Amino acid sequence: MSAPAGITRVSLLKDLRLEWRSKDAINSMLFFSLLVVVVFSFSFDPSAEESRQIAGGLIWVAFLFAAVVALNQTWAREIRNQVLDAYRVSPAPANSLFMAKTLGNFIFVSVLEALMTPLFIVFYRLRALGPAWQLLLAAVLGTWALVVNGTFFAAMSLRTRSREIMLPLLLFPISIPALLAMVQSTTAILNGEGARFWIVLLVTYDLVFTTVCLILFETVLNAE
Amino acid sequence: MTENTPVPVITVTNLIKQFGRFAALRGVTAEFFGGKLYAILGDNGAGKTTLLRAMAGLNQPSSGHISILGSSKFHDVCQQVGYMAHPSLLYDEMSGMENLEYFARLYGITGSTRCAEVIRAVILSVGLDPDLVRPVGQYSQGMRQRMSLARALLNDPKILLLDEPFSNVDTHSATEMVRLLARTRDQGKTLFIVTHQASLLEGAADEFVWMESGKIVGRTRELKRPESHGASAGGEVNGGNLK
Amino acid sequence: MKRVFPILGVLTAILLSYALYQALVVAPTERTMGDVQRIFYYHVPSAWTAFILFFINFGASVFYLIKRRPAADIVALVTAEVGVVFCTVVLVTGPIWARPVWGIWWTWDMRLTSTLVLWLIYVSYLFLRRFSSSGETPLLAASLAVLGALCVPFVYFSIWFFRTQHPQPVMGGGGSIDPRMLHVLLINWLAFSCFAFLVCWSRYRLEKLQRDVDHAHALESLLAPRGSVR
Repeated sequence: MSAPAGITRVSLLKDLRLEWRSKDAINSMLFFSLLVVVVFSFSFDPSAEESRQIAGGLIWVAFLFAAVVALNQTWAREIRNQVLDAYRVSPAPANSLFMAKTLGNFIFVSVLEALMTPLFIVFYRLRALGPAWQLLLAAVLGTWALVVNGTFFAAMSLRTRSREIMLPLLLFPISIPALLAMVQSTTAILNGEGARFWIVLLVTYDLVFTTVCLILFETVLNAE
Repeated sequence: MTENTPVPVITVTNLIKQFGRFAALRGVTAEFFGGKLYAILGDNGAGKTTLLRAMAGLNQPSSGHISILGSSKFHDVCQQVGYMAHPSLLYDEMSGMENLEYFARLYGITGSTRCAEVIRAVILSVGLDPDLVRPVGQYSQGMRQRMSLARALLNDPKILLLDEPFSNVDTHSATEMVRLLARTRDQGKTLFIVTHQASLLEGAADEFVWMESGKIVGRTRELKRPESHGASAGGEVNGGNLK
Repeated sequence: MKRVFPILGVLTAILLSYALYQALVVAPTERTMGDVQRIFYYHVPSAWTAFILFFINFGASVFYLIKRRPAADIVALVTAEVGVVFCTVVLVTGPIWARPVWGIWWTWDMRLTSTLVLWLIYVSYLFLRRFSSSGETPLLAASLAVLGALCVPFVYFSIWFFRTQHPQPVMGGGGSIDPRMLHVLLINWLAFSCFAFLVCWSRYRLEKLQRDVDHAHALESLLAPRGSVR
């Protein structure tokens, strides 16, 4: 395994281990996700026919909120005790750190989505009338889009005052095309149509933004 | 005579670091030589931490230049530099061993046997027990600082940059640590220690570098603050490069 | 430089007045919408001008990331600010136009919606600049600008497809446009561009001055009593 990939792996494992040890973070996030679904169910009556048609949008907004809470935690551990400085003075490449954090966030947010989705399906009595594999693909691509930008902007927010509000402030506008794609593809598939355009858009979006974030991350990390 | 003229390990040339309206460093120029223990002293806001972080490649100068071990890019020589600060730079939820295993990997120390040997050696050298399994968060401040020093020594660096390593550490541990650091200097390493507690370094430091308002105002062999030079126009009071 | 600015200022004022006259008096009245439609001559050129300014912002940001020249950073800041202002004009004239014509304040028209997202992106850019506590704010801002600019094609594509699936009232210039109207449109665009250029230039000089003052302040050295004057 090449050195940068090795460091990504080591950092990711370290994060997963630390996440597992301080289970309070996971537990509170899981409970938060459950709360979000319940609150949405009260706000958007599941028994009304209209709600079932906007379920695609509801799900993704719920995911977005859960993701933001998770993303704000991304760098918290590295800021405590200034551990990030130890990484920065080492020869380890900045990109490896970014990939490790992004992958970790992806796993984490996917776990939250995996918890929330069955609840939505049950509460809103959803059924995928269209190709379900496209739904999974759209979910993976959409989650990656959120997480890759989210990790990048979370790092950027480290260099600002009002750190927690800066993350959504920076993330939401740029995520709008991806969000639109996620919602439209989910709604389309739930209603029995294909979502090819949106999936192609998401693939392109993911490729472009992952590449650019990787290129720019070192600059942002060292911008003190 | 040019034979045997020592080459400085760190050269700082007119370093300026500005944060908006505030300049933490206002034109620092100095040369530092190998095998010495430099104590960097000064009041709060003098720019000591900013200077040290600039040397560690952690902040980018607004203008000016730093050359470290002959290179102008920190990243080229980072294998030979160790950094330590007042926070521990360790993960509280992992044990000392686990922390060092992770950082060893970052420095390219691979192979589980070699890794374990290096880590063991470095933990013993700072006077800690390698078999400690408690998470670092539960250590006393003195132990934590020693573990942090162990982390900084993992890659056997030529230069050590330490920012307030003795703060909040009890006097006994602090004196122990000074002794340890003096020993590493004797092994040929160059040390830069930023501290408020100058008295701790009285016997150990080779040179005291005094900073005030973002500039170096004097360099002395003894722990004696140079006269406040107040409003002298232009130029800095410099005790000269003491070799 | 000191003489050019007032001359350009006067020329721009003349051009703007002429453009206004063209828009309000000379341009033919639109068949279905009547005189309300004349706001089109503000709405569309503002959008084009904003777009050009944001494009310059992108260029300046990339240049800064590569070359690190402070002038590029100032250009980026200035074009973002003025671009946001023009974007705001689009977002305000849109509803003013839509309300009498279609009875609703907002249509999810492609241009209007895309402009809204663009506005959000560049306002977040300005927020980053304001809230940054780093000594390297220009680098952070330039990175955000690059990401924001790369997002723009996605914004247009996604909204275009969305709109073809969910058609909405289209605001102005849907099909072919009367050549006399196009003429007035272009005059207004020229006037707006000149105005934008002047404002940017003026703001550039202001910002440069401010930075020079900050720099001098910061380096106030041994001649001042200890510590910086803040």
